[in-house]
Amino acid sequence: MTDATSSPMPAITPVSGKGSLMAQDARTRKRNAAEARFKAYGMIAIGIGMLMLLILVFNIITRGVGAFQQTFVTLEVELLEEKLDKNGNRDPADLAKVSTFGYAPLLRDAFEAKVAELGVETDLDGKDMADILSAGARAQMRDFVLANPDQIGNTVSFEFLASGRVDGYLKDRVSRDSIANDKNISVEQLDLVDQLIDGGTVEKRFNLAFITGADSSDARPESAGMGVSMLGSLFMMLVVLVLSLPIGVAASIYLEEFAPKNWITDIIEVNISNLAAVPSIVFGILGLAVFINYMHLPTSAPLVGGLVLTLMTLPTIIISTRASLKAVPPSIRDAALGVGASKMQSVFHHVLPLAAPGILTGTIIGLAQALGETAPLLLIGMVGFIASNAPDSIASGLLDPNSAMPAQIYEWARRSDPAFYERAWGGIIILLMFLITMNTIAVILRRRFERRW
Amino acid sequence: MNDMRVLERDVDTDAIKIAARGVQVFYGDNHAIKDVDVDIQDKTVTAFIGPSGCGKSTFLRCLNRMNDTIDICRVEGNIHIDGEDIYDRRVDPVQLRAKVGMVFQKPNPFPKSIYDNVAYGPRIHGLAKNKAALDDIVESALRRAAIWDEVKDRLSAPGTGLSGGQQQRLCIARAVATEPEVLLMDEPCSALDPIATAQVEELIDELRQNYSVVIVTHSMQQAARVSQKTAFFHLGNLVEYGETGTIFTNPEDSRTESYITGRIG
Repeated sequence: MTDATSSPMPAITPVSGKGSLMAQDARTRKRNAAEARFKAYGMIAIGIGMLMLLILVFNIITRGVGAFQQTFVTLEVELLEEKLDKNGNRDPADLAKVSTFGYAPLLRDAFEAKVAELGVETDLDGKDMADILSAGARAQMRDFVLANPDQIGNTVSFEFLASGRVDGYLKDRVSRDSIANDKNISVEQLDLVDQLIDGGTVEKRFNLAFITGADSSDARPESAGMGVSMLGSLFMMLVVLVLSLPIGVAASIYLEEFAPKNWITDIIEVNISNLAAVPSIVFGILGLAVFINYMHLPTSAPLVGGLVLTLMTLPTIIISTRASLKAVPPSIRDAALGVGASKMQSVFHHVLPLAAPGILTGTIIGLAQALGETAPLLLIGMVGFIASNAPDSIASGLLDPNSAMPAQIYEWARRSDPAFYERAWGGIIILLMFLITMNTIAVILRRRFERRW
Repeated sequence: MNDMRVLERDVDTDAIKIAARGVQVFYGDNHAIKDVDVDIQDKTVTAFIGPSGCGKSTFLRCLNRMNDTIDICRVEGNIHIDGEDIYDRRVDPVQLRAKVGMVFQKPNPFPKSIYDNVAYGPRIHGLAKNKAALDDIVESALRRAAIWDEVKDRLSAPGTGLSGGQQQRLCIARAVATEPEVLLMDEPCSALDPIATAQVEELIDELRQNYSVVIVTHSMQQAARVSQKTAFFHLGNLVEYGETGTIFTNPEDSRTESYITGRIG
């Protein structure tokens, strides 16, 4: 053989009736063309999908990223004692008697002083100048004073949120033309803002309060945040995880490993598959009827939301858990039974650990699905308007009214002020971040623990 | 056959370990085993041979009630081990399987360390009082399975990382670690190369000192090499059962003769 390989290739004249292999016959050409066509269809389909995804992501980011920045106005305010504490004894009860209206003159004075300091020319009086601030500015001062009574009489530097219109002006949402019929802001005020920007008093920067803060009323879009609804979603996810994982896994193990195969288990199996396809709003109605009207659990509570989402997530978890149990080779079960393990020992010592990555992946994907679910939450009132920051608003967690991230986004998208529209997109970015993180964890878990046998 | 050793070997003892009378097995409507009577002796290697689908594996799995895990399978008749009916209502199959160990066709080590593979059985049966005792059990099981020297330095390595032959010997070690009295082997060498097969066969011959071994095999040469008794199954019937030497040199039944000479199978 070694001799043959080193000798030159013998010259052979083809005599075969099949023809040369160098030329493709008609049938082969047709087959290859069909294959090339099919590959092209596939690439076009993927291309369209990727393009849509890019457009979606681009849209969400360009529209939503503005919500993470907010316009702030820095002002030095003199906390006059004669306005805030006439008796001078710093009695908390007396301090609390001064309402937010009592703080308005301080703001006016602060603006007039700032304008004089910067040498800005304006026809506006102090009150109109103070209107470029958020309606929450006075409450912010009052909270500060009540918390720090010793600061009365001093000059304190505050960072106030600018009003939604001014914020929109800095983000190019509001222009001098667009406010022609707007009673909330005037051209003179925008002129003032321009000069204050030059003076360094007004600036736009990252706004942590959007991520951590509470919702706000229609008049103050600038102070609305996702934080409290994020906690609402977190509480719901805890309920879903604590209930659906053990129930789902126990049900799957029983159905897959122990249940006799007869028509009853067939019916159960078919119904679980059907439940996975039931529209989520049906689960919402069910939750309303059973948990709220019949069991009298509180409306808008994360506990109820979690229960409803548990019902929705269970079929997903059961189906994926059964699939991963099925994927464990039967030889492992035989091996365990062969050395005298009981059925349960073989399941818990050998089958379940091998199925665990699949179960975890299914659970995380089920949770991610539940996290983004809106429709059932609307029916059970999980669109609570919570305007005070945690922990006051949600002290008891599971039973206090709350909202959830997707419900909060829905709420904002409904409101008329375009500033809320921007926040809805910003909320979508946060929600997507959560979903992407969860799905990434699922993929990593699967990669890390997959196929160890 | 060409290996004449079988003719010289004597059966060690006449004590009967397993007695089966009138065993019938049904898979749904399929009558897989028809009225089988057989006596299996202690400290002897008994081979079940026969063409594919003849029921030899099915009958083997009756002996430790592994067929219980198949829903549609139904077993009738009596199988006694040490004079006790293993299909009696009072018998727990889990206890039975601790007494009747099994090695499967495809090596199926647990996806755990070599040590844990062997230690699993003794652990769940509480055979070891402490870590040192467990270590001893694991070592002696691995020694009896003739694999100790190859794995003693890497007991914490995964059992699935061994070669096919080593995995099968690990599975044998796992089976003997629980101190069974009977060892069932379902085509233990069908997934192995000739060298690994030779090692396992040698091992089976040694195991005969302590256990009664029942082996199902497709290879007649293997049956001739390792067994003292041979049972020939055909279409669910036990056609012929006797001394291995007799079966292979002077079969009574024409079907047995056709099979061992290669005319059916």
